[in-house]
Amino acid sequence: MTTLLEVQGLTKSFGGVTAVDDCSFTVEKGSITGLIGPNGSGKTTVFNLITGYLPADSGRIFFDGSEVRRPHPARLYRHGLCRTFQQARIFPELTVTENLVVAAGHGWRDLVGARVSAADKRTARKLLTEFGLAELAGMTAAKLSYGQRKLLEFAAVLMSRPKLVLLDEPTAGVNPVMIETMEHHIRARHAAGTTFLIVEHDMALVMRLCSPVVVLDRGAPIMAGLPADVQQDPLVLDAYLGA
Amino acid sequence: MTPAGAVRGAAFFGALCVVPLLVGPQWVLNLLIFTVMYAGLASAWNLVGGYAGYPSLGHAAFFGFGAYAVAIIFENDVGDGYAPFRTLPIIGLVVAVAVLPVAWIAMRTRADVFAIVTITLLFIAQTLAFNLRSVTGGAQGRSIAPAPFPVETYDRPFYYAMLALLALAMLLSVAIRDSKAGLSLAAVRSDEDKAHGVGVHVTGVKLLVFAVSAGITAMIGGVWAYYVGFIYPQFAIDPLVTIGMVLMCFLGGRATLWGPVLGAAILVPAQQFLAYRLGASQLYLLGYAAVFLIIMVLLPRGILPTLRRAR
Repeated sequence: MTTLLEVQGLTKSFGGVTAVDDCSFTVEKGSITGLIGPNGSGKTTVFNLITGYLPADSGRIFFDGSEVRRPHPARLYRHGLCRTFQQARIFPELTVTENLVVAAGHGWRDLVGARVSAADKRTARKLLTEFGLAELAGMTAAKLSYGQRKLLEFAAVLMSRPKLVLLDEPTAGVNPVMIETMEHHIRARHAAGTTFLIVEHDMALVMRLCSPVVVLDRGAPIMAGLPADVQQDPLVLDAYLGA
Repeated sequence: MTPAGAVRGAAFFGALCVVPLLVGPQWVLNLLIFTVMYAGLASAWNLVGGYAGYPSLGHAAFFGFGAYAVAIIFENDVGDGYAPFRTLPIIGLVVAVAVLPVAWIAMRTRADVFAIVTITLLFIAQTLAFNLRSVTGGAQGRSIAPAPFPVETYDRPFYYAMLALLALAMLLSVAIRDSKAGLSLAAVRSDEDKAHGVGVHVTGVKLLVFAVSAGITAMIGGVWAYYVGFIYPQFAIDPLVTIGMVLMCFLGGRATLWGPVLGAAILVPAQQFLAYRLGASQLYLLGYAAVFLIIMVLLPRGILPTLRRAR
């Protein structure tokens, strides 16, 4: 296996609080890597640092064989690294189809092209059908339920055929059926060759889906390994339950 | 553009083209010139303030750039009278390119901070106009050679120039709105950080509309300067011009094609009416403000979006 994403010594402080502290881990190509840890352990901050939403104080990030010197969300996205947000961020004023089309990772020259071309519509349609959202295609995204928004956000980033998808709590706050739906889509996309790094609090899901699992505590990994091993690890139990 | 939209546009501009041939009194055409001028300004502003969601209060500065450009180039001679009009595209292009560095800095801020940054730009430009006497004539202003048009149809070329610029502003608005750039702008307006996260060329599309908007505004300023013939810093770079375009756009409906036109069609005549009625007492500004308070309370989204939602 080759390494798709590697972070080395990533550090970020907010005032006196060190949210991410000398954090290093790797994501192997073709894996579904889980990133877990208690609340406040720095998982989302790690996502923000990797995707360029926050500047790191120090540390290095390598993606797809080269170092990312100044991470920028849009550039990384066009290079195949994309993320979703914990709160399901979509564009509520745009239609469901437009939400997909705008995320297709267009080049400069496409900007003069039609807002939503026939080809765009076909591509979006295919993806929406896969995600069971086809009948909502023309609807304003503001009308979607929370679970549907989560699905739409996930579907949208797939428009760019990403190499690595960072999902920030894909099943937080959605109903059990939607959790299964989400899991199904992650598996389907994984089978099709996409690598995942997933922050998730639903441990049952993480244990089913992810391998390996990286456990963060106070901004640094304390353990990385197979789900079964992680569950047994005294350090992990200690971090979650406190001593 | 939909066929219905094209028909609507053709009918609108066709009607406006024949109006000067039909109406008698000169003051009507004069009022029309200012209405069309503000419709163009508000449409240009709408690109930045509406489609991109960046409330610029500095656009009067670009209006002034165009006005001073025409005043400086055509101080003594306007040739056949149409030379200033022919120069407008160059003035528009130069201003569009020249504002890019400023736009790049200003558009790193958002919302109310952006409004403050851009209004600062307006006052810097006005201060420069007052003080760079060798270029702008300072407080004494600059005059432009009078156009050699026949007296009875003197206003017509200015009217058609303003109308052409309004058409340009609206065509560019449609072109941008219906392109991927327009979709990107809608995403930027909706959630700029998320837009970055899905690979949108955020800075690129913001700068694009800012440049287009500033260029059109400058061209309109050029026609205005030529029409009024004499410009001073406090009128060429006037906060009221900025406020006018913003308010018209808000009244008609931001990020809609016809909203700015509708806003101008209501407010310019209303403003003139109030100014005549209440005289030089400046009380008309209070009337103007009252109109606005009412609109903001009753139609915060503007007329067209409210009507559309009601339907």
